[in-house]
Formats: sequence, structure tokens, C-alpha cells
Amino acid sequence: MTRVVITGVGVVSALGLDRLEFARALESGHCGIRPIAAIDTAQLKFNMAAEVQGYKPEEQFLAKDLAFMDRFAQFALTAANEAVVQAGVEWTTDLKEQSAIVTGCCMGGRGAEEAGYWELFHNNRTRVHPFTIPLSMSNAGASHISMRYGIQGPAYTVSTACSSSAHAIGQAFWMVRSGVVPLAIAGGSEAPLFLGGLKAWEAMRVISKDTCRPFSADRTGLVLGEGGAMLVLEPLDSALARGARPLAEIVGFGMSSDAVHITQPSPEGAARAMRGALRDAGLAVEQIGYINAHGTATEANDKTETAAIRAVFGDYADKLAVSSTKSMHGHALGAAGALEAVASVFALRSGVLPPTVNFTAADPACDLDVIPNVARKQAVEACLSNSFAFGGLNAVLAFKAYV
Amino acid sequence: MSESIQDRVLRVIATSRRIPVESIRPDSTFEELGIDSLDRLNILFDLEGEFDIEINDEEAKQVTSLDQMVAGITQLVDAKKSASPES
Repeated sequence: MTRVVITGVGVVSALGLDRLEFARALESGHCGIRPIAAIDTAQLKFNMAAEVQGYKPEEQFLAKDLAFMDRFAQFALTAANEAVVQAGVEWTTDLKEQSAIVTGCCMGGRGAEEAGYWELFHNNRTRVHPFTIPLSMSNAGASHISMRYGIQGPAYTVSTACSSSAHAIGQAFWMVRSGVVPLAIAGGSEAPLFLGGLKAWEAMRVISKDTCRPFSADRTGLVLGEGGAMLVLEPLDSALARGARPLAEIVGFGMSSDAVHITQPSPEGAARAMRGALRDAGLAVEQIGYINAHGTATEANDKTETAAIRAVFGDYADKLAVSSTKSMHGHALGAAGALEAVASVFALRSGVLPPTVNFTAADPACDLDVIPNVARKQAVEACLSNSFAFGGLNAVLAFKAYV
Repeated sequence: MSESIQDRVLRVIATSRRIPVESIRPDSTFEELGIDSLDRLNILFDLEGEFDIEINDEEAKQVTSLDQMVAGITQLVDAKKSASPES
């Protein structure tokens, strides 16, 4: 079977504007959660988020292009640009014609929609901006990447809430592995920091008022984040043939649906997705040294995920290192799986496992080695990255160190 | 006589759950009524609207029965009255 490697990654997040800043922050256990600056939070019962700092759209894009791009689409293209440069892709006519783009996105450009509807509802405007649809459509990120590079193969967007970009990367991986496409750009982006969206999350009563403390006994819920992450996937042979340097190998993808409840997670569904990824990868549980957990820091997720990990790994679960990097980059919804895939690739490559920061007190219901607060120097052979969405739709990716 | 707080709470829950109000006893637990986490969100939202109050997330988590819910709402309604004596 074709081996598939990652040859480039790009990241925009609350931890920095590129992959190096992201990697440095993960290793130093830096938390990107701060009071929200993007909007006035007077109408909110919380004011913390993992917001991208110091990002200047006009430095990344021409004004004429920016008019067509909501913040979430900008994050998608910015991350893709960085990933393509690192991969050193040479765009031949054939490669452009056949390559794939799969993006994940949950809320899409609803921020742009909200701005238009606000005028309609409050200011007696009779029209909304003609770009409202192209700005807000969730596939805008994929389309802008396609247009930027002239990539004409399969391109689409997956929307499975918090699993979106893990599903996107998994789909792209399978397309490359099966030989359907010679290369894929896959990942996700999200820009959910607008009033209506934040109020909707507030109403779910799952947002923390202080910070994100995954697996900690005193956890108080998730903290939303924004950003984007993209990966370049290609067959190992063609990557080596053109002199590219593989960062890690992507070896497995598992999906499942809980088929239980629209918001309550089920350990069985999560476990099935993890088993699926291991089976797809041909990996034994003992080969997994690290799991980048979904770890949202909600009451329900963290204990359900712990139970699912124990169900899959048995006694070996006590030897596993597990962390939630959402404690640092926040829960970036449709970008979460991609940010965490990149964090997983970095962990394999550097031999430094990122911590779960803001951890204060052990919870018996989350009795895993969660790498509390400080990164750990530990080389691992392979790892999983878990994503479990509202709606019970689960996606788990398996990566292996490339040596 | 105007509707009591308890009656209003029962009415809101009956409407939200689409069940006859007679089927709810004041000492029912949420579990007995088959109210799950998402139903709770819905009921809290409706109660906040009915009484024009804000129900704190952490306090709401402690409530597992209608008795407790009525007691909590009564407290919030009283607090609201004493905060604005003119109304």
C-alpha cells in the first residue's frame, strides 16, 4: 500500500502566526487564552477566548482579494501558503490538475453573515452586501486555496462540528493512499469570535469563565479559539523522489457515529473510532506512545474520552501519555482537528510531548497520564489525534514518526 | 389568585417537554421525567424567559429535582424584587 507522508504544515493560531511559533508555544506550555479583544463582551457572560494575536490581513492579502475573504477563509489560505512553501511543492500542470483540497469548517463565515443581517434587522437597511454569500459559505477556504494555486482536482469542505478538519485530513489521506490523487492539501480553519456565535455557545452552558483545564477535577468547560492549520500530504515515494523532507507519516484514519445523542458523547462511539484508526494503520495498541486528546475540558467529554481510551487500550492505558493542547490553543471547532494533527506531527518529530496546561487537580474519572503543565521529552513511535464532535461524529487520525 | 411560582415552573417544563402538566409531580426528579442535559438547557432557557432572571451555570448544575428548581427560582425572583423595589 502507498505510504503517505506530511511534507509541509502551516498554522495560524492563538499561539502564533506560523508553525514555528506554534511549536515553540506547545513545547513551552504557553497558554493562548486571553480576554477577547475582537468584540465588545458587555453582552456576554464570559470574556475569554484563544484569539489570534497580531494578525494583519493586509500583510497577507491584496485589498481586492480581502474583499472576498472572511477571516476564516483568510486563515485557511494563510496556513495553506505556509504548508505549500515548507513542502516545496513544484506545481506541474499534471499536479495542479489532479491534486485535492479538503478543508474542515464548522461555523464558516457566519461572522460576515451576522454583520450583514445586523444592518438589515437594526438599521432599516433594505439590502445586504452582495458578497455575503461568497464570504460566508463554508467552502470558501477550499475555493480560495484552489484559485491561489490553480489546483483543479477534488476540492470540498467537510462540516462535522468539532471533528471537521480531522475528517477532512482523513478523507484526503485516503485519497492519496488509494492513488486517487497525487497530493492533497488538507486541514481546517475557523473564526467564531462574533457576537451571535459566542452567545449561541454561551447558551450551551459549556463555556468556561476562567480558562481551559482539560482532565482537571476543577474544569469548568471549554474556551473557544480561532485559527487555521493545513497539511500537505503526498506519497512517500514521490516526496523522496523530488527531494522533499517528510515530517511524519500519516498511517490511519477511523470514523464512527455515536448514534446516541445530539450533544452527549458516548464512550463506545469514541472507542470505535480509535479502534478504526489503529486497524486502518495496522498498529498494535503498544505502538502508540501518545494521544492528542479531544480534551475539551467539559464535564462530559473528558470523562467519556478517558473511559473510551481505557476501553481501547486496557491496562496499557496507564503507560500512555495523553494531553489536550486545547488548553493552549483553545477549542477552534472546525480548525481543532487540524491544529491538533500538526501538534501531533511536531510531537513525533521533536520527541517532545506537549502538555495539558492549566491543570490543577487530578480527577478520578480522568485517571490518565495527561502530561500536566510541563512538556515532556519522550520519543514515541506513533500517536493518535482524537476529535469527537457534537452530533456524535468521531474522527481519529494515526501518525507515525518518520525515521 | 395569581399562578404560584411552582405552578409556573411546572407549566414551563410541561410546555418544554410537550407533556401534560398533570403528569409532573412537584417532587419529581429530572431523571424520572426523562430530562437529559439538552432538555435541561432548554428548560433553563425557558425559565429565564418566564421569570426574567438569569440562572447561573454552576448553580444550575446542582439542581436535580423540581423541588430544588422551584426553591432556586423563588430565591432568584425574591432577589430580583428586592433589587428593584418599585416594580
